[in-house]
Amino acid sequence: MPPIIEVENLHKSFGDTHALAGVSFQVERGSVLGLLGPNGAGKTTAVRVLATLLAPDQGTARVGGLDVSTQANAVRSIIGLTGQYAAVDEKLTGAENLRMVGRLLGMSSTQARSRATVLLERFDLTDAADRQVTTYSGGMRRRVDLAVSLVGSPEVLFLDEPTTGLDPASRSELWAITRELVADGTTVLLTTQYLDEADELADRIVVIDHGQVIEEGTADELKDRTGGRSLEIEFETTAELASAAAVLQPFSARGGLQQNEQDCLLSLSVDSDTALAVRAIAALTDAGLSPADFRLHRPSLDDVFMALTGHGTETEEHDGPDSIPGNAKSGDTNTEAMNS
Amino acid sequence: MSDTATVSTETATYRRPSGLNAIYQDSRVIAWRNLVHLPRTPQLVIFTLIQPIMFVLLFTYVFGGAIGKALPPGVSYAQFLIPGIMVQTLVFGTSATAVGLAEDLQNGIIDRFRSLPISRSAVLNGRILADMIRLTAVATVLVVIGYVVGFRFQGGLGLGLLMILVAVAFGTSMCWIMTNIGMRVKDAETAQTAGFVWLFPLTFISSVFTPVYTMPAWLQVFARNNPVTLVANLLRALSVGEVLPGSTWVSMSLPVFLWIVGITAVAAPLAVNRYRQA
Repeated sequence: MPPIIEVENLHKSFGDTHALAGVSFQVERGSVLGLLGPNGAGKTTAVRVLATLLAPDQGTARVGGLDVSTQANAVRSIIGLTGQYAAVDEKLTGAENLRMVGRLLGMSSTQARSRATVLLERFDLTDAADRQVTTYSGGMRRRVDLAVSLVGSPEVLFLDEPTTGLDPASRSELWAITRELVADGTTVLLTTQYLDEADELADRIVVIDHGQVIEEGTADELKDRTGGRSLEIEFETTAELASAAAVLQPFSARGGLQQNEQDCLLSLSVDSDTALAVRAIAALTDAGLSPADFRLHRPSLDDVFMALTGHGTETEEHDGPDSIPGNAKSGDTNTEAMNS
Repeated sequence: MSDTATVSTETATYRRPSGLNAIYQDSRVIAWRNLVHLPRTPQLVIFTLIQPIMFVLLFTYVFGGAIGKALPPGVSYAQFLIPGIMVQTLVFGTSATAVGLAEDLQNGIIDRFRSLPISRSAVLNGRILADMIRLTAVATVLVVIGYVVGFRFQGGLGLGLLMILVAVAFGTSMCWIMTNIGMRVKDAETAQTAGFVWLFPLTFISSVFTPVYTMPAWLQVFARNNPVTLVANLLRALSVGEVLPGSTWVSMSLPVFLWIVGITAVAAPLAVNRYRQA
């Protein structure tokens, strides 16, 4: 079966800023692709092109075999879009929002009503159904936004930074919902700036930066390729640290043993070989050394980015997820961050 | 449609209507949505209903005595004022179109609409449709308050209804200008200003509140050719059932008709085109 999303050599510029500078990737039907990148990498622009909201300058994008430029309306009938900032009508109630979209999709009022009831139930919004969205909490807003994008039972769902700005509880709730949708056969394209989110949800990850794909693979492949995990061991004294370093020397075949005297910390690169970590700890115990603490350190998105690009994910502070909401829907976010 | 078991219990048998029917159905849903907004936006209710009532009372009782003296004998100020204030109020009311659209663009709901397989003109049509209903309500309120202060449909109910129709038609054409403003400014606050300031000279340098011949000669040139004057004069004629001395029904209504058609013919395609690219 051909990929349900095919993106080829996509270009999009806003003035002098190349938000997309030749992006290509594919998404298999029924899978989750994580589009990972810092603010301003071009993630939102890519989603906006795929959701027919933005015409590409160059290149092609197909969703379900349909061209987003020439068959836009057909594409719209098989996609759902949930943005970083909930695009629902705040003056309407949750139920009214759902019914409105149902009616716009061509349902009769009875159909739209029953579809709304099902989705409100499903997203735990029944109690809030008849309240204006203005009164909703951040998590509820995101849920109603997601519910609205599911009214037409889309084959492909775009989740543009779905958990940015959410509290941890709402975040895991949204993750759970996403998993269920995928289990039901929906293809999901998720953009995120959090590696753990991509890790949790995505089958494959495409890392983009400055409008270009810089890496692609599963979460594990990505992490292995970019340094992998390390065992961090903490000691009380520098004397212990020195003896421990000597003990662990034989385990550092990969060349990854680092001493940090300031924090009394020893870092041993183990990648995916957890057995190595266990043996290292055992060797320390055998030598009569007892670490104050130890942990397996997984690379953060920042580490991955550092390895891939030589710069971190931090663009500028003010470009963080909590910056001006209005920016999310235009290319502005990208523009600003890319200049930094 | 894919069969997504949990979320879509019924992958219902519904089909998008096609062609003109689709435009009509979609526009109706959007119009409903905009009308639902009205009672939930207090400042709009005040703007829509309280302000015209206040204006009528203020002008009738504060300025009526003075300005009334400038009117031909036998014409009451209320009879003069109501048709004029109807144009003025409706024209001012159109600025809400710009603000509403700018808000929709700003908070992303337009993106939601544009990601749905609906007809491209529906969002604007729906807004205009809702605004027409809003303007009709305002015009009706004005007639009611007018009756309280002494205004009458002297030419009969038929011409009276025609008067409301003309006023709403002109207001609607102005709404199309406002949609262009709403889509070209960056936020609702700017839309508020950009949609509002030019309405003061447009409505005040006209025959709305005071006869044009009381103005300085240079200003009369603008005032006489101002579409607001032309509309106000036609509404007055319709309210009393007779044309101004020296004019005919055709000479009074044709320019108004041309203005309404002209404004709409220019502003509406521009707006729809802009929406497609937004």
